[in-house]
This record gives sequence, structure tokens and C-alpha cells, in this order.
Amino acid sequence: MAEARPRTLFDKIWDHHVVETLPDGTALLYIDRHLVHEVTSPQAFEGLRAAGRPVRRPDATVAVVDHNIATDATRRTGITDPESRLQVETLERNVVEFGVPYIPLLDARQGIVHVIGPELGLSLPGMTIVCGDSHTSTHGALGALAFGIGTSEVEHVLATQTLLQKPAKNMRVTVDGTLPLGCTAKDIVLAIIGKIGTAGGTGHVIEFAGEAIRALDMAGRMTICNMSIEAGARAGMVAPDETTFEYVRGKPHAPQGEALERAVAWWRSLPSDPGAVFDKEVTLRAEEILPMVSWGTSPEDVLPITGTVPDPSSFADEARQAQVKRMLDYMGLQAGQKLTDLKVDVVFIGSCTNSRIEDMRIAADIARGRKVADGVRAMVVPGSGLVKQQAEAEGLDQVFKEAGFEWREAGCSMCLGMNPDKLTPGQRCASTSNRNFEGRQGPGGRTHLLSPAMAAAAALAGHLADVREWQPR
Amino acid sequence: MKPFTTLTGIAAPLPKANVDTDQIIPARFLKTIQRTGLGRHLFANFRFREDGSENPDFVLNQEPYRKAEILVAFENFGCGSSREHAPWALLDFGIRCVIAPDFADIFHNNSFKNGILPVKLPREVCEKLMEDARMGGNARLSVDLERQVVVRPNGEEIPFEVDAFRRHCLLNGLDDIGQTLEHKDSIDSYETRQRASQPWLFA
Repeated sequence: MAEARPRTLFDKIWDHHVVETLPDGTALLYIDRHLVHEVTSPQAFEGLRAAGRPVRRPDATVAVVDHNIATDATRRTGITDPESRLQVETLERNVVEFGVPYIPLLDARQGIVHVIGPELGLSLPGMTIVCGDSHTSTHGALGALAFGIGTSEVEHVLATQTLLQKPAKNMRVTVDGTLPLGCTAKDIVLAIIGKIGTAGGTGHVIEFAGEAIRALDMAGRMTICNMSIEAGARAGMVAPDETTFEYVRGKPHAPQGEALERAVAWWRSLPSDPGAVFDKEVTLRAEEILPMVSWGTSPEDVLPITGTVPDPSSFADEARQAQVKRMLDYMGLQAGQKLTDLKVDVVFIGSCTNSRIEDMRIAADIARGRKVADGVRAMVVPGSGLVKQQAEAEGLDQVFKEAGFEWREAGCSMCLGMNPDKLTPGQRCASTSNRNFEGRQGPGGRTHLLSPAMAAAAALAGHLADVREWQPR
Repeated sequence: MKPFTTLTGIAAPLPKANVDTDQIIPARFLKTIQRTGLGRHLFANFRFREDGSENPDFVLNQEPYRKAEILVAFENFGCGSSREHAPWALLDFGIRCVIAPDFADIFHNNSFKNGILPVKLPREVCEKLMEDARMGGNARLSVDLERQVVVRPNGEEIPFEVDAFRRHCLLNGLDDIGQTLEHKDSIDSYETRQRASQPWLFA
């Protein structure tokens, strides 16, 4: 018998989920977990209703509200914005009509869909996981194949529990070595996007590998996989290992006892085989990474915090020069300015990229015993009700409040400018979120992407700051 | 879904790379439970000034591009969020074809599901088509999906590649779900196997 071709982590999960391959090579891919939220689902349920189709597997589906809800006390008295209310009420009607499990706004388990999936054990290694949201790539940190889909595909999964997909290409990003002081997973992923660009992963699934990735906890791995979409990738993944199994153990929806042992045995078979071929390989040295910050309006426009705003004329081609000039205009920046001289109006610690308990701890360690600079609005938005509870049990809320940060309720908040938490035109924000597009955090808002540690330092300093000068006391 | 066969119309030039979905339709307009009516918010941050008035500098506010049915842009069109509101807004405005050197994956997928044809052509070809588009009503482009060619105003035909399955669906206006449900037996037997071998997925 011919020896089996060595396969990647992606190949193995893909192969396992192919229900049928159509004559032209399109696969009918089975979906194990479907996460649903209020913004990208109404038209999908409407489509089912119009065609008289049921949800094939309500037990594999979970709905939650996160995008358009308020993160202050007003959520307890009802949603004031009529359009947001209609969207939430529509979801609530749909989950009842179609029998889909739902986590309501005032439930302690409510939170950002990409935080609660792993946290509740709804997302597991080896699964195919989809959601009508591009940051579904987050769940790949568990060693799952997880990717964002549009509303038509949401409807397709609801009706059939499958998707029509062409296989992606394999890409591996290896980060060897040990991260230096002040650097975290966020700095790794910003450095990767800076290196390969926002289309560097297009058509590929990225497996993140190497010593520096293995050394990360699950929250760090989620941060990295979360932003693989900013590198253009279809999905990001990290091979499941002991860190993964330890994380999954005891989660409410994770298998227990003998079922868990069986599952772990399968999960252990998933890492890429030695000799597996990747279509594209990129390598970084962790030692060379510095605390990163974005300066432009695309996530590839990043520099170490020690850098200065680039000069448009320093770029090679004319199109790029014009683009950089436009970015600097939008961002209110001048070539040559030191990044650490940029005063911030708002600091946002939260989003599906960086709102887990580990992120809260890192930011709190830096904020402890210090004060937010005058004139800065600093907000901390935990990713879920459970993260909030845990942080409060550890006294982190007190640390933040004493330092002058707002301590808020769980949700997407200021990541995307579709709920009350928005920038006003011209405001400069140090943000732990994932996109610095024009207007992303509110029309005219200016976003600098960075890690929770760097965001906390910026809040205290009143300007973008090098976190290495703001180490915990 | 409306079939796409041949489209002849005005092409609007948008000479930008990395046109993201937050540009195509900002998040504040996603609070809708319908697919239609989003055309008025297409490129809202470029089309309208802070006071709500039209920005005359933006291409879609200029004649004849208010009636554009084709958009020509540069690299990585549609990057960012998975929001299908982006193709819905394009479609509702009247755009049924976007031509660019490449597209972000999810946007590319979402377009086909809504009867919009994304055409990938090399940068230098897109630059030529950009010049054609700048001539407005004097230079209509024609996109023929059956023959897989873009016809320039000077008659030059530029062939393009498109996935055969997607082409078939688009030409015939086919609904994916109906087709997939024809494979119901395969899905059923996959589920039965999985239920036995990985019961934790069926808790």
C-alpha cells in the first residue's frame, strides 16, 4: 500500500468534514458548530421562512447578541435605539420560531460571540466552526477550522448544516524564539501583518507554529488567530496541544469523562504531519519583535512604538505614496513625528481580539496604583459576562476604576461603531481592537491598534507610550 | 437570484486598493433586518459630508456614474468584515459587476450569492479599464459571462477566469440551498457516522 501523503492540520480537519466532493472539485463541507448573532442573521432566517425550511441542527447552533448593544447600565432598562432594538427583537423571535438555543442580553454568559464560544466549550478542537462574522477565525486557536461567512451562507448552514467550499491553500507562519519584555500575542500578530500585508494570506489558511506560539496561553493564540483575517487569510489555526486540552477540560459544553478521553485521542492526531507541504512559508524571530502600534488606516501599516510617522516619499511606487499621504491626512499625522508624541483622546481595551481575562489582567497590572492622564477617556469592556465576573472576583474592576478607567458591560463596544460606543470625528484612539479602517470606530475617528498592555500605558501617559517604560510597580 | 448573462453599462472608476467593507457600507447602517434599501448608504462616508449633503468630488455623485452598473477598482477589494450588506448595498445601488486585480475571499463569495460578478484581471488591465471608465457615458464596458470576456469600448476583448460551478449558478440564477438539499442523503449518512464516532458533537 502506498504511504499516505503527509497532511497539514487544515488538511486533516477538512478531509474529515467532506460529506461529498462535487464533480468540479467543490466540497460539501459539514459544519459542527454555527454561532449566530443579531446583525448578520435576520435576512437568513427570513430566507428560511420564505422557503418553508427548518433549521437542520438547532443543537449545533447557538445565538447571542453582541454587536449593536450598549455596554453601559442602559442595557438593563431596554435598548433605546429603535433599529438596534428591532434587530435584537428579531433575533429573539427567530430563535423561538426555529428552536435555536439563545443566550439573552442579561444572561451572565452573554458576550462577544468569539469570546463565549471557547469559554463555554461550544468551540472545540477538530471542529468546523462558522459564524456570520469575519473574526470567527479566532476559534482556530483551539485547533479548529473556523471562518467567517456571509448571510447567504448563514442561511445555507442553518438549512443544510453544510457549506459549498473549495479547499484553501496551506500557509505556515512560524515564530521561533522567545518574546522580549513588554511584547504579547498582539505584537506578534501586528508584526506578522506588517510583514506579509493585508492580502498576504488571501486564499490560504494560516497555521501559526513555532516556539513563541507554543508558549502562548489560549487567549494569546486567540488574539493571533483572530487577526488572521486582517492578513487576508480564510482562517488561522494553532495545532492543539496540552495547553489546549487543559483549557477545554471542564468547560460547560465540552465533553467530560470517557467522552473527553476519546476526543483528546482524536485531537492528538490532528497536528500537521512531519513533511507536510505548505504552499507558502513565513518565518519570524520573536526576539526581533518590539511593542507594535499602527499608524495608518490599514492593519499592515504598523511600526514599533520606537518609530516615527513615515514620510510618503520614502515609499517606492507612486500609488503607495498617494495612499500614505491620504492616510496621514486622515490620521492627522505629519511625517517624522515620534509615535510616542501622539496624544490620545480615547483608550479602548476590549473587542474579540483582546477582551479575555488574561487581557484584563495584563492591563490591570500596568494600571494598578496609577492614574489615567487628564483629558483621556479610558474604557475597559470585558468580552463576556463571565470574564466580567472573574475580573471582579480578582478585584481587577477596582484596579481599573481607581485608576480612572470606565468598567463596562460585555459587548463589541467601540470596535466597530455600530452601538453607542463610538469615536467622534478627529478623536484619536489607542485601541486593542482589530481594524483601523477609516471610520471603523465612528466617522472621522483615528484608530491606533495595539496590545492591552500598550493601551493601558497610553491611557496613563496620555499619549502613545512604550509599555517597557510602564512596567507593573 | 437574478441571472447574470451579459451586462453592458457605465463603469465607475474607483482607483483605490484595499477598499474595505467598512468603506462600502459603514457599520452604523447594518442595523437592518432586510436585504434591500442599502444602496443609499453605499460608500456613505465618501458620498456624504458630515452635514448629510452630497460630496460632489466622489465619483458616484457625478454624472453619468450615478447610473453605474460596473465598478473598476484596484487590489484586495472587499477586505475586512464578512457583512453581506456590502454586496447588498452595491446591488441596491445598481452595481452588478466589480472588476479588480483581486478580491478578499469572503466578499468574493458573498458577491456570487447575490448575482454580482467579481472579475479578476491583472493590475495593468484594470488600469486600462480604469481609463475607459473615466470616459463615462462615452465608453461603456460590456461583461459577457457566457463567453467570459470583458469588451472594451474599442472592441478589444479581454478574457477572464471564473469558477465553473459559480458561473453555472450565476448564469442560471440558481439558489445554492436547493442544490445542496439534493445531497440530503449524503448529509444524513455523514451525520449518522459522526454520531457514532464523535458523539460529543451531538450533545
